[in-house]
Amino acid sequence: MRNEPTPQQIAEEKIYRTFGLNDEEYARILELMGRQPNYVETGIYSVMWSEHCSYKSSRPVLKKFPTSGPHVLQGPGENAGIIDIGDNLAVSFKIESHNHPSAIEPYQGAATGVGGIIRDVFTMGARPIALLNSLRFGSIEGDGAENVRNRYLFGNVVAGIAGYGNCIGIPTVGGEVVFDERYTHNPLVNAMCVGIMTHDEIAKGFASGVGNPVLAVGARTGRDGIHGATFASTEDPHSKERSAVQVGDPFMEKLLLEACLELIATGEVVGIQDMGAAGLTSSSSEMAARAGSGIELDMLKVPRREEGMTSYELMLSESQERMLVVMKKGREHIAEEILSKWGLEAAVIGRVTDDGMLRLKEGDETVCEINVSTLVDDAPVYHRPSARPAYLDETLAFDPAAVAVPSDLTETLHQLLRTPTIASKEYVYQQYDYMVRTSTIVRPGSDAAVVSIRGTRKALAMSTDGNGRYVYLNPRVGGQHTIAESARNLVCSGAKPLAVTDCLNYSSPEKPEIFYQFEESCAGISEACVALGTPVISGNVSLYNQTNDIDIYPTPIIGMVGLIEDTDHITTQEFKGAGHPVLLVGPQTTGAIGGSEYLKVVHGKVAGDAPALDLTVEKALQDAVLTAIQSGLVLAAHDLAEGGLAVALAESAIGGKLGATINFASGQRLDEALFGEAGSRIVIEADQANLDALERIFNENGVPFAVIGETGGDRLTIKINGEAAIDEAVEHLEATWRGAIPCLMK
Amino acid sequence: MRFAVLVFPGSNCDIDAVKAVEDVLGEPVDSVWHTETDLSQYDCVIVPGGFSYGDYLRSGAVASLSPVMGAVKEHAAAGKLVIGICNGFQILTETGLLPGVLRHNDHLQFRCEISELRVENTDTAFTNDYEKGQVIRIPIAHGEGNYFADQATIDQLKANNQIVFTYHGTNPNGSIENIAGICNEQGNVLGMMPHPERAVHELLGSADGKAMFTSIFRTWGEKHGA
Amino acid sequence: MMIAKIHVTLKGSVLDPQGTTITKSLNSLGYDEVRDVRIGKYMEVKIDTTDRKIAEERVTEMCEKLLANTVIEKYEFELVEA
Repeated sequence: MRNEPTPQQIAEEKIYRTFGLNDEEYARILELMGRQPNYVETGIYSVMWSEHCSYKSSRPVLKKFPTSGPHVLQGPGENAGIIDIGDNLAVSFKIESHNHPSAIEPYQGAATGVGGIIRDVFTMGARPIALLNSLRFGSIEGDGAENVRNRYLFGNVVAGIAGYGNCIGIPTVGGEVVFDERYTHNPLVNAMCVGIMTHDEIAKGFASGVGNPVLAVGARTGRDGIHGATFASTEDPHSKERSAVQVGDPFMEKLLLEACLELIATGEVVGIQDMGAAGLTSSSSEMAARAGSGIELDMLKVPRREEGMTSYELMLSESQERMLVVMKKGREHIAEEILSKWGLEAAVIGRVTDDGMLRLKEGDETVCEINVSTLVDDAPVYHRPSARPAYLDETLAFDPAAVAVPSDLTETLHQLLRTPTIASKEYVYQQYDYMVRTSTIVRPGSDAAVVSIRGTRKALAMSTDGNGRYVYLNPRVGGQHTIAESARNLVCSGAKPLAVTDCLNYSSPEKPEIFYQFEESCAGISEACVALGTPVISGNVSLYNQTNDIDIYPTPIIGMVGLIEDTDHITTQEFKGAGHPVLLVGPQTTGAIGGSEYLKVVHGKVAGDAPALDLTVEKALQDAVLTAIQSGLVLAAHDLAEGGLAVALAESAIGGKLGATINFASGQRLDEALFGEAGSRIVIEADQANLDALERIFNENGVPFAVIGETGGDRLTIKINGEAAIDEAVEHLEATWRGAIPCLMK
Repeated sequence: MRFAVLVFPGSNCDIDAVKAVEDVLGEPVDSVWHTETDLSQYDCVIVPGGFSYGDYLRSGAVASLSPVMGAVKEHAAAGKLVIGICNGFQILTETGLLPGVLRHNDHLQFRCEISELRVENTDTAFTNDYEKGQVIRIPIAHGEGNYFADQATIDQLKANNQIVFTYHGTNPNGSIENIAGICNEQGNVLGMMPHPERAVHELLGSADGKAMFTSIFRTWGEKHGA
Repeated sequence: MMIAKIHVTLKGSVLDPQGTTITKSLNSLGYDEVRDVRIGKYMEVKIDTTDRKIAEERVTEMCEKLLANTVIEKYEFELVEA
């Protein structure tokens, strides 16, 4: 007999609290069930009602995102969203966090994060074609114990992403890495996957058709990761049961991927869903809830890795590389044949019913009976109190006059290029196979990655972006920035931005000032999505990223996908040739240095307002630059981001191994003009002969611009009002920029 | 001319190899599952890159015991062409069709980049469209590409002119004698860590791999009077 | 001088992808009696001490700190005179 508490013990000894259910939630379960839940049922409610699965704190806010558009085929609510890109082709993508597992076991945490997001995309019927990731760590500079640990986390997270993505054969084409003390105890690991399919290949997570067989497919169920979903929703992962760590098997997933796509292509699949967080529990109840049906499973038939596993363990296990599949009745042998060809198992474990219940049996004995809609639709919703954080008064009061303009601005540029957030990430991406599938046209290290679509002249541009510091300093505008910058990155590559997936990483929503950050930044994201015409089609929320009262910066990460109509339009950031005019397009003044990387790195301050951003100007800028690129008038385009104009010019010069002489007039402080980070600005290189045509496009769109210099030589020289502010050999800038991270990781 | 691209569980560059043959030569090419035991209809067999069987235990070890590898040995013994790329090279050394082993990169990390190779031997069926000493740009993507063999084997490779490609400039993995690719004594079996199938379009960053496919086709044509 | 002979393996309930794949391969080669394979690492650490108790403490510490990832791995060792 299994040694599980009785329903009465669970109630009287308040054992439900150890599952993460509070007294009100338990009372609500009693009301919904009309009886005391047993151990399995309590476990199932606890994971389905966890923040991770139910979005109970975030749902009211997420509802406000714009999620529709003429090209949206599937918005949020499925395993991943889908957009139409014409030619009967559709693109599915999603981003997801694996922060808490990565803090405990960085290699496996990151690897299984990649595995999970890949499954989310191929369950939609899409062939995964690219991976991206967005990472945050504490500082890797210095010899303190924390710095050493941060280097360990950074090195192993990257190795884990590489280990999984390389083995499964999906190129990791882009992403970003940011280092800041705020992430020391709570690194962020957000992984994004993009897949492609034809419209008729779209599959969904529906358990419909009474009597249809339900199959467990792929890896066997083991005891790993039990309560991972609730674990992701609580503070301080370190104190939790360590068996919650899962080990990924990319080889198994490669087989599962090929088998599932082959299976979906037969047209005999009714519904399919990844057994991700909360495993069999969430996959079965969500599939039934979407279809308005019920599911009955015989737990004795679930293939398992270990003897003696209980129904509770089978339902809550988060073993990786498993899928739940509903086949058409009488067609289960097709699944078995295809899976067996790939050396995998497909076991019929139950059937679809029409009574709306999730019923679990062990042979003839019923061990769990829960109304599915109470798990999914009746999950608690919390309207958390929100309060403007007190720190904002202090940070907004910052006066730039309090910091001095550095005397040697060339050295300041070196300092910025050396800072790990700005320095070359070659150390990272040279560990990723970014070329497999032979479609990667713009490789990592650019504003956006570009992947071609075989058989067409089209290509997809994709990027991940986020700036937690901006959001911290001004949640509303910071939220707008994340969308604006992502879209700007895509435009610089020649793409029209199409849609957004978001990964919202915050501290505890139970703190009113954190909830304020969350609410405000999501409002900013919504405003920018509306302004730029990029709806949110999928996403994920990761809360409770805090340790010992240190909250991470509110860090919404935006994954965005755009369409390049013709591979001839693909544009990159590096300078292409000598003697070409360099233009600064967009507002010519930068605003203050508040929130900038410069202020943080050089003056050690995180203060001021987030850089200025006007969404109308942003939209006009992006339209104008995209039109210019599509008209073949732009040789290179580079978004201005961390480090402002000076760093953008340095990066274009380093990439092209070509200098430039820049000279412009400015009424601003030199550091503001060089390193300020106001939005809506792009540097472009163009042919002299095309200047008139460019001017026409910019004027038509009402976008300010100026020719600020010319490419050529082997030095980057920046003069302001005729005075040399920065003058340095490009190869010296390159050595600083390229050498920084390898030097720290030695 | 007919090509076979082998597919093992965990192969992931098989499609890229098929596309390269189609795009560069337009000749017929089939994906062949690892359980196949007859390769007699093929003129050239490509053992593609990837992570066959997850590279568990040792890279290439489990795949080398597959049924299809028996057929590959017969194919090679008949003097027909075999190319192993990346994981395919590892499989060929595990099978014994090529000497030596591929160890973990000396820096212990996976390395993906476009590397420069020097074509050392242009007398093979795979390289006769290159110039001797030509430096070409071909991508690498591997964690275990550090070629090693004992001194006697190295001496033999040199004596028989079996070293086909070496890394030019930086050696990305610590391989002995900067070896990037070798052939067998007869010259009809080639193994290389770099991926020529990834370098067949300028858009991909290099088209230097095309000459390898055209060499193979030319050799076959000369032999068959096509 | 002593030698610590250390075995590091994945904990019992942790998935061992390599072991699972090798089990299947051995089965397919006809070794039907093979039920499970677990893969681990074997290390020999030479220690400059003759005090068994101290060596035991130190090796335990080495395993905890570096040689095993105790989040997912377990270790055992024996000490022999070199």
